[in-house]
Amino acid sequence: VTTLAPASGSPAAGSTGGVPANLRRSSLSQRRRITDKVAQAAIWGSLFVTVVPLGLVTYYVILKGSRIISWEFLTERIPRQAQTAGGGIGPAIVGTIVTTGTAALLAIPLGVLGAIYLNEYGKQGALARTIRTMADVMTGVPSVVMGLFIYIGFVLVVGEQNALAGAFALGCLMLPVVIRTSEEMLRLVPDELRQASLALGARKWRTILGVVLPASVSGIMSGSLLAVARAAGETAPIVLVVGLTYRTNWDFFGGNTALPAQIYRNASEPYDAAVDRAWGAALTLVVIVLITTLIGRFIANRFAIKER
Amino acid sequence: VTTPTTQRASTASLTHKGGGRLSDRAFWLVTLVAGLLVLAILALILLTTVREAWPALSYSGTDFFTSATWAPNDPDADGPLGPQFGALAFIYGTLIVSLISILFAVPVAIGIALFLTELAPRRLRGAVVTVIDLLAAVPSVVFGLWGIIVVAPFIVKVYQWVHDVFGGIPVVGSLFGEPVSSGRTLMTAGIIVGIMIIPIITSITREVFATVPESDKHAALALGATRWEMIRGAVFPHSFGGMVGAVMLGLGRAMGETIAVSLTIGAATQIVPNLFASGNALPAVIVQNFGDPGVPPGRSALIACGVVLFVITVVINYGARIVVRRAEIRMKGAAA
Repeated sequence: VTTLAPASGSPAAGSTGGVPANLRRSSLSQRRRITDKVAQAAIWGSLFVTVVPLGLVTYYVILKGSRIISWEFLTERIPRQAQTAGGGIGPAIVGTIVTTGTAALLAIPLGVLGAIYLNEYGKQGALARTIRTMADVMTGVPSVVMGLFIYIGFVLVVGEQNALAGAFALGCLMLPVVIRTSEEMLRLVPDELRQASLALGARKWRTILGVVLPASVSGIMSGSLLAVARAAGETAPIVLVVGLTYRTNWDFFGGNTALPAQIYRNASEPYDAAVDRAWGAALTLVVIVLITTLIGRFIANRFAIKER
Repeated sequence: VTTPTTQRASTASLTHKGGGRLSDRAFWLVTLVAGLLVLAILALILLTTVREAWPALSYSGTDFFTSATWAPNDPDADGPLGPQFGALAFIYGTLIVSLISILFAVPVAIGIALFLTELAPRRLRGAVVTVIDLLAAVPSVVFGLWGIIVVAPFIVKVYQWVHDVFGGIPVVGSLFGEPVSSGRTLMTAGIIVGIMIIPIITSITREVFATVPESDKHAALALGATRWEMIRGAVFPHSFGGMVGAVMLGLGRAMGETIAVSLTIGAATQIVPNLFASGNALPAVIVQNFGDPGVPPGRSALIACGVVLFVITVVINYGARIVVRRAEIRMKGAAA
């Protein structure tokens, strides 16, 4: 057994009962004590720097948004002139539902299938590893680039900007997120379940669809909902490919709009009426995003695979 | 592979010969195609955008990267001058904004990650995690709206003060020049983006910090290190690689951030050292001008901006993933 070295920097002083004096906090050199305090204060400070902007954003969105929000605001047409007071954002809410909903219907099944390939077939093979890395890279592709891609690949081909184009763009943005989160969830499914199913003579595809997927469906759902929430707030691709409308359009085709695009357009207008509408749309969007996120969280907490 | 080797033989004898084999192959194929979709989309993005950007790139040549003149509407109608597409000012703006945001976000994010892993009382930890998640959930356009309406008019006073105090210093003073009265500046955009990338940097550094072996920390504390000395001596060296990766991911996100930047940067095509002046960035310029891109090849030139952005972000993200993965492997080795 070796003797403990005294804390560096403190003189080896005699002990006075209890904790030896040279091991007490007060025996630290002034410089070390102050550095430690400053560092800890800085860490608390960083917390402050994060909480304050979030608090301010929430405060302003609620304060300014709640002033204008009413049933009429949520359902009425968008005024053609930005400076006109009144009107609403009904078409934008519809547009957000159509584009984001369709994007989810496209991206979630494809993403889950991709995740099944990665976790059940590809595993650590070269192809699966490449796909995994590239999915990560794809999450980092700026949304505006995805908008350009759909503009070239779809809008120029079809000849019009519409909700379907928006759905494709948002779907492309969601896909890698869904793949990676779903794969994580599939990985949590215990191997014994797969072995049991296979031992009963089930084919691999039946094992996956009948046993593995149901076991992980809650995690996949919650991960996908988070991706949906993220996509609902995407603005750049909507601005590039969805076009423009002032009236409600439930159709895939024809110009459309969405909440983020309305916030963006109105925010840069110099008119008070437009800015008010922007805040109202922001509050609506934040509520939609928050509800989606909370549902995702709830599903994750409630139905998660039981830790064993 | 988890399937026991006896499985293949037994199922073959249990069912009729090759029964269900086709559906098995079909399902495998479907999942494979879904997986390959990622590679296909990435390849298609590169292919289609480069093809559409080509007219502008061949029209402007190297001027696209070296000139800061962006005049998409033919300056002298029928004169000898055509439209000019030089994106240097936007590249400059993108770099400055992301640099400011990184300088702002990295210390804060690392602070929060340290708070969560080393300092936080258990009860506070959940609350802080929720705050970070909420911050990540707020759409960027909402930050942009807040930035342009609330932050910009207010922060101009701060800029003015900084300018009055530090503006006189040679060299450094040029960074803090006369602020633009609207408050829509490179600095404002950088701060807003900085707030927005805090969550992503935090989440990754936090994961990295969590892998530091408890024994290392205890050893440092047992040797008499203070909390901070323990962090510096045990936590940081162990997680350096992961932190670099996290910063790179944040950088990629900052460069691609479009809407918040577009609203708060002020939309001015210029290269000035003054951080309190307006500027513009690659993604912002695309959304601002896409509806009215000027005479051909105006739209193509905007798509070329997208290509530059795509290439930069993909390289950064790829690099970041490699760095993070390498760090993960090393850390797992250390933890074992």
